[in-house]
This record gives sequence, structure tokens and C-alpha cells, in this order.
Amino acid sequence: MTLVLKEINEGDRLPPLSYDVTATTVVLGALATRDWRPMHHDHDFAVNRNGTQDIFLNTPNQAAWFERFLTDWTGPKGRLGRMKFRMKGSVFPGDTMVFEGTVSKVETDDDGCGWAEIDVSLTVGGDVKTTCLARIAIPTSDDDNPWSRRAERWVP
Amino acid sequence: MTDPSALIDQVQYEEVGEFPVERGYIWTSCSSVENGNPLFWDDDVAAELTDGPIAPPTMLSVWFRPHNWAPGRTQVALPLQVHFDLKEQYGLPEAVMTDNTIVFHEPVRPGDVITSRQVLKSVSEPKTTKLGTGRFWVIDVEYHNQKGELVGVESYTGFGYKRGEG
Repeated sequence: MTLVLKEINEGDRLPPLSYDVTATTVVLGALATRDWRPMHHDHDFAVNRNGTQDIFLNTPNQAAWFERFLTDWTGPKGRLGRMKFRMKGSVFPGDTMVFEGTVSKVETDDDGCGWAEIDVSLTVGGDVKTTCLARIAIPTSDDDNPWSRRAERWVP
Repeated sequence: MTDPSALIDQVQYEEVGEFPVERGYIWTSCSSVENGNPLFWDDDVAAELTDGPIAPPTMLSVWFRPHNWAPGRTQVALPLQVHFDLKEQYGLPEAVMTDNTIVFHEPVRPGDVITSRQVLKSVSEPKTTKLGTGRFWVIDVEYHNQKGELVGVESYTGFGYKRGEG
């Protein structure tokens, strides 16, 4: 179940993840990230003050969804180094969000740490809502563990 | 008005998290996205891979968001205060975040007390986009644990603007 670097190639696609978003998903996600702003739990505020169609997923909770999508693929030894998000649209209750990812780069750094870069998209009905370029450390062998790297041996 | 760009690279709003990192929040977060990574649920796996439990890396910003209310507080505390300061100083009523990068360093562990500090990295000249006219700025939030180790850096790009005419 632990993925190692030599099993990964540029262009590989990660197993997609599809999830039906409800109001509970949005509210639970907002509170789990300590985001108390009303547009993530108050329908009336979201519609009448923000002008959106409904409450919507907050960014920190989306980050948690992207992490889950990536580590479902790598297993527990996968260690995130960097994520770059671009927010293009909102995700609302009733949406089916789909996460898809493609490996854009595979490399080993100067200190021997294995890395994969993944282009991830969150889409709803084919429309891109958020993109995430992620760099995640992957073990180079069954004995390797990226989590054991500290200080200057970890260059995310 | 002081030129807000004079604050570039200056440390602002250094704040200590309002509570130590704790496992209840870690499990609530994993549950909210149905993340079954055994690193966060199985202590044997955590002991083997990370010398004990850690928090999911993407929870970095969770540890600095203020309580909605606290004794003696008279107004709602805003995370990323530098962003709101810039809106105010430049007289730009609207703002959006256009992108956000997070870099993860030492793992965050239960019991850690995380300190955050904000650093304005850049402010653009006035620019006009389809939203209106305003400025782009980049703000870094640096996070350290109680041992002074860097645990992560978040970079936010914001665009503060006035709505276009017509």
C-alpha cells in the first residue's frame, strides 16, 4: 500500500475522488478549520449579503480535501512539501465535486529525497473550481521514510 | 498617510496561538474530509513513521485562527490583519484572494504552541482588472513551534480594489 518513487511516471493519473457536497459538508469543514465567517454556515447571509447562490466550502477545508486526495494515493509515507492553490469558483451544497490529478514531474533532490509534482483539479460538472499544484515527497524504496528528514535535509 | 510599502519585510502581528495543538481538532478535521490516513488514527503507525502523533500538514492555519469570542475581547479578531490594513490604508473597499501557497516544514504535533507572524512581501503599482482598479499584494504568514522551529509558511496574494464604473 506504500507507493515508491520508481512506480510513478510523468503523466500518471491518480485515482479520482468524487464526493456529494451537502450543507453539513460545508459547515463541518468550516468549523473544523475554525473559520467562523457567516458565508460558510449562514444561508441567508451568503445569499443576501455575499450574493452567492448558497453557503460555500472555505479554502482551508478545501486544502484538507486536497491532502486527503493525495495521501489516499501515496499512503501514510507521502509527505506534503508544498501546495499552490488557485481559486476560480465556489463549491456549494448539492454539488458533486470531483478531484483529479496528473503527475507532472518526478525527481530526486540533491539530498536523495524523492518528489512528485501533481496537478490537481477540483471540478463540479466539468467546471474547474480550484486548482492545486502539489509537491509531495515519496519514499525512494521500501525502507525510505520522507518523514525522517529534518532541517536542511528537508527542502520542500 | 504612512506609505504602507515601508512595511515590506517587517515582521507584524506576531501572535501566540490561543490553545496548544490538540488531537480532538485533528480527528474533527480528518473526519470532515473522510481522511482515513492511519498516520492520524493509528498510534502504532504514527510511532513508526513520525515518532508519535502529528497533525495533518494542511491544518497549519487552523492553529492561528482566533476564537470567535474570548473574555475581554471587544471586537472580532481578524486573521491576516495585514490584508485588512492594506485595504484600509489604500482606501480599497473590496478585496479577493487570488492564490495561496503553503510550504510545510517540521511536522506540527499535539501539545505544540504555534506562533504566527505576518510579513508583507510586496505591493504592486495600481492595476486595472475586470473587477476594478486596485493593487496586488503578497503577504507571508510564518509559523514556528515553541522550540523556534519553522513549521510552515503560507503566502497569500490579495487584490484590493474599487469596483469599476458602469
